[in-house]
Amino acid sequence: MKTFRFIALRLAQAIPVLLGVSLITFVLMAATPGDPIRLLVGDRASPETIAMIRDRYGLDDPILFQYFTYLKNLMVGDIGVSLRYRVPVSQLIAQHYPVTLFLVLYTIVLTLPPVIVLAVWSAKRQNGMADQIIRMMGVLGLAVPVFWLALILTRLFGVKLGWFPVSGFGDTMPGHLLHLFLPALSTMIWVVPILVRTLRSALLIEMNRDYALTGMSKGLGARQVFRTHVFPNSILPTLNLFAVIVAYLLGGSVIVETVYAVPGMGKLMIDSILARDYFVVQGATLVFALTTLLVMLAVDLLSALIDPRVTL
Amino acid sequence: MKLSPMFVTGVALVVLWCVIALVAPKLATHDPYAIDFAAILQPPGAEHWFGTDNVGRDTYSRVIFGARLALYIGLLGVIAPMLIGMTVGLVAGYFGGWIDVVAMRLVDITVPFPFFVLVLSIVAVLGPGIENYFIALALVGWVGYARLARAEALVLRRAEFVLAARTMGFSSGYILLRHVLPNSLSSIVVYLMTDVTLVILFGAALGFLGMGVSPPAAEWGVMIAEGQTYISSAWWISFFPGLAMVLIGVGFALIGDGLARMLRIER
Repeated sequence: MKTFRFIALRLAQAIPVLLGVSLITFVLMAATPGDPIRLLVGDRASPETIAMIRDRYGLDDPILFQYFTYLKNLMVGDIGVSLRYRVPVSQLIAQHYPVTLFLVLYTIVLTLPPVIVLAVWSAKRQNGMADQIIRMMGVLGLAVPVFWLALILTRLFGVKLGWFPVSGFGDTMPGHLLHLFLPALSTMIWVVPILVRTLRSALLIEMNRDYALTGMSKGLGARQVFRTHVFPNSILPTLNLFAVIVAYLLGGSVIVETVYAVPGMGKLMIDSILARDYFVVQGATLVFALTTLLVMLAVDLLSALIDPRVTL
Repeated sequence: MKLSPMFVTGVALVVLWCVIALVAPKLATHDPYAIDFAAILQPPGAEHWFGTDNVGRDTYSRVIFGARLALYIGLLGVIAPMLIGMTVGLVAGYFGGWIDVVAMRLVDITVPFPFFVLVLSIVAVLGPGIENYFIALALVGWVGYARLARAEALVLRRAEFVLAARTMGFSSGYILLRHVLPNSLSSIVVYLMTDVTLVILFGAALGFLGMGVSPPAAEWGVMIAEGQTYISSAWWISFFPGLAMVLIGVGFALIGDGLARMLRIER
């Protein structure tokens, strides 16, 4: 019952944020210079056609009504039409979204092992070599431009060694994994230091808690205390960071997908910006925000299920 | 307070880049914009230290001149977000009430947007160019500063010296400016250093994607994009500008990291 209330409350809290997100994308759309409908129908369209489409998107209404029309269209999944491809934006997104999702998940899967190893290693030897290395990694992770790293990796592993394909998405599952390895690696460099730092400080806090001492004093081995008590308790702060990481990865996908010509949401967005395909840009922005929001919600619910101490 | 070697390295790097930017014409061996078809795609050597690009421009001189643009973007780009964010955060945290609610809801709704995506879509609406990048930064970059400043102000408004100042009848504006602001400055400065790195990085990313500084400018992101086609044969066109970005970014990041440790600020 308590869990149910938590879920209901958390969902209710998400509604204003959801409205805010839609407001931001709406303002982006409304601020767009020129008449997008003109671009959509071309110069030779009849006034009737233009009037019909303007009516559908409520473009002649007062701005507040326009927002409501926008919201109403959002509800049924109508986020406009691509000026370039003449197909609904939702259709384009349906094509590109799975690719980006695959890339993000793949990156996360690749990220976890080094994060856990590095964090545990450095937590067990405080103020040692490991600490310095992780500090340097954090500094480098912040400073290295992803698009540059992606190019260098292309040259090194793709062209010179020929280990990995340097563009595209592949057709089969192994093909996907092979094609997306370098893109995933490029964004990883950015994310690993952040996660290591969080997990490490959580581990340090938990290691010095009384229950760890209790475990030791009743004769459990240090290894077992660490594995069954300290580690599980340290997962939560890192899990909470996950929404931020997903936002990072989505932002990074924009750049990485462009460099590696991966047909995902990021590439769709960049191509659409360059082609002034405004509806697609706005739709992609919205989808990026909704994804992060969903992950944030999922993480909150998950941590409430894992840890009974978590409350709103 | 003991200065850590990493912090000193960071300061040295940043000072070095500032000097390079200032005396760029003296350091450059060639005109960064001079096209020389007799010397295209030359590998690094005695004449062209970092090689030449596909129209024979000297990569070394272009990297040197690029420092000017990078510092210009990084140092100017953070001013508006910092001022807006600090004002919003301090006022919201200090006064609380409806101002706080409004400000924090505004912060909440920008959280789900990946930062770079939001900057990109604003630039898409306004059009490419560095001025529009600055506008986009002012619109969304303040959020980080606001959260920090608010957290500081929430603690400081209960501090004894603030209560004392209030009892003595000083105005809220005076207390905010003379007591709350200076005491919250250290964590903001730490964040500022990270922000400079990110603003330079995203500015170059925009240049790389063709939405920032436009070619043929000697801007590092633009240069990396120009070298993209030649990455398998003439790697130096993209490599050196990127290396320069790493070195300038590491400089600011090390200062931030060092300050955070010296001031004992958890990040």
